[in-house]
Amino acid sequence: MPVIESRPDAAPSAEAIVSIRGVSKTYKSGFQALKRVDLDIRRGEIFALLGPNGAGKTTLISIVCGIVTGSEGNVLVDGHDIAHDFRSARSLIGLVPQELSTDAFESVWATVKFSRGLFGRAPDPAYLERVLRDLSLWEKRDAKIMTLSGGMKRRVLIAKALAHEPRVLFLDEPTAGVDVELRHDMWQMVHKLREAGVTIILTTHYIEEAEEMADRIGVISRGELIVVEEKTTLMRKLGKKQLSLQLQSPLSAIPADLADLPLELSADGQQLVYTFDTQTEETGIAPLLRRLSELGIDFKDLHSSESSLEDIFVSLVRSRA
Amino acid sequence: MNIHAIRAIYRFEMARTFRTLMQSIASPVLSTSLYFVVFGAAIGSRMGEVDGVSYGAFIIPGLIMLSLLNESISNAAFGIYMPKWAGTIYELLSAPVSYVEVVIGYVGAAATKSIVLGLLILVTARFFVAYHIEHPFWMIGFLVLTAVTFSLFGFIIGLWADDFQKLQVVPLMIMTPLTFLGGSFYSISMLPPIWQKITLFNPVVYLVSGFRWSFYGKADVDVVVSAGMTLGFMALCLIAVWWIFRTGWKLKA
Repeated sequence: MPVIESRPDAAPSAEAIVSIRGVSKTYKSGFQALKRVDLDIRRGEIFALLGPNGAGKTTLISIVCGIVTGSEGNVLVDGHDIAHDFRSARSLIGLVPQELSTDAFESVWATVKFSRGLFGRAPDPAYLERVLRDLSLWEKRDAKIMTLSGGMKRRVLIAKALAHEPRVLFLDEPTAGVDVELRHDMWQMVHKLREAGVTIILTTHYIEEAEEMADRIGVISRGELIVVEEKTTLMRKLGKKQLSLQLQSPLSAIPADLADLPLELSADGQQLVYTFDTQTEETGIAPLLRRLSELGIDFKDLHSSESSLEDIFVSLVRSRA
Repeated sequence: MNIHAIRAIYRFEMARTFRTLMQSIASPVLSTSLYFVVFGAAIGSRMGEVDGVSYGAFIIPGLIMLSLLNESISNAAFGIYMPKWAGTIYELLSAPVSYVEVVIGYVGAAATKSIVLGLLILVTARFFVAYHIEHPFWMIGFLVLTAVTFSLFGFIIGLWADDFQKLQVVPLMIMTPLTFLGGSFYSISMLPPIWQKITLFNPVVYLVSGFRWSFYGKADVDVVVSAGMTLGFMALCLIAVWWIFRTGWKLKA
């Protein structure tokens, strides 16, 4: 594993299979899609890149894959520079693009065979058969791609990306416009690939997808990577818990004695919501309940809820906007 | 060199040819045959010899050139335009291939197809008119050189085009006039003196003349000049392709 000697401060960890350093992209129109992005993708992890439309997710992926030329910065894939040693770098990468771009008139089999050859691998029909079977495409191998449904075309794109046995797989919005069944199939496939040692980087709009699958999450907004964190840490760090109390009798306002607490009263006065940080040792629930009973405020029910990744994401992007 | 990639592209493109056999092979052969019937057999019998060659035989090299140029350009242009249009170009751009492999694959397939077509037309001509080939090696040489050069040219057009109209405009609006006025149907010595000079600016004249020389040993311009012009145009196309891939023009954002 070579080390970037020019910038020792930014040297990738030995774990990094994709190492992005200071990558910027300004399009001819003057639009700056990426602003000095630094990111290390660890070997064997599932990394989810989240961000609103136009945040730069696809641009970042396209630069790593060689479809777009970055304006500055460099990228190493398993130690190979994507510009100077593009052959070694690219043969490790598989890309499933966002658009359903397929060779309409080709058969499924011909197109995956083509992909394998294009990426410099000798023919291996047994391997390709396995890929097609895993994706439930084997029965359709002789079908022309144009006759397939959207979901099946998505599978074909995945099969093409896997045809050359990549070590890093980029999935750009893999489940956009895909039905529930295929989405679950895809999640399973991603987990299987990870078990086989493939590193997976996916972009998605669906927070639940990231929450379900990813080990780590990066949030990109307006061309900047604003957060990169373990999913669990992220949720713990930024996640808030709320305790909702259904009151026995409605309140007209929060009692003055409780003004020092982060409390909110619902419009109908029936529900009191207490927000607390999950990171601190003292949640403050016990004192709250004690003070409520001292004030004679009774409640009939209570439940606590944790903020989802989606809430976290929205608040992150908002705070930057 | 990524040999597997060259093979994959070449096979993929040839498969496209066989899938569209009627359009890509049968129809040019048929339309050229019609020329032979009309100009060779029907009208040709009433026309005098040109440079001591019967008119029917005289037009064979020119007609083959005409198909070769058009087919080379449209095959290669279509071959690289389609992935751009369908969006599948992402795969080519993200593959561990250099432009050398891409060009060999696409241009090689397009040239192969037009060479096969040229030979088929040559065989078909036999049914209508008698002809002989004095310099078979030169004949094959010109056939291959022209097919490769104009496939390269077509490849450039395919890269440049961003809609179907542009894809058609060069073959129809530029190549067709140039081939018709390039001496396919006449010897340039039959033109008025001023046009004999002007016509020398038409590159197709050199192709047709050289090709015809390989058949009958008679040429409008020296065969070495013909070969030189063809090679020169090929070099220009190669430089253009190299520049396009180096800069990513029309390919990469």
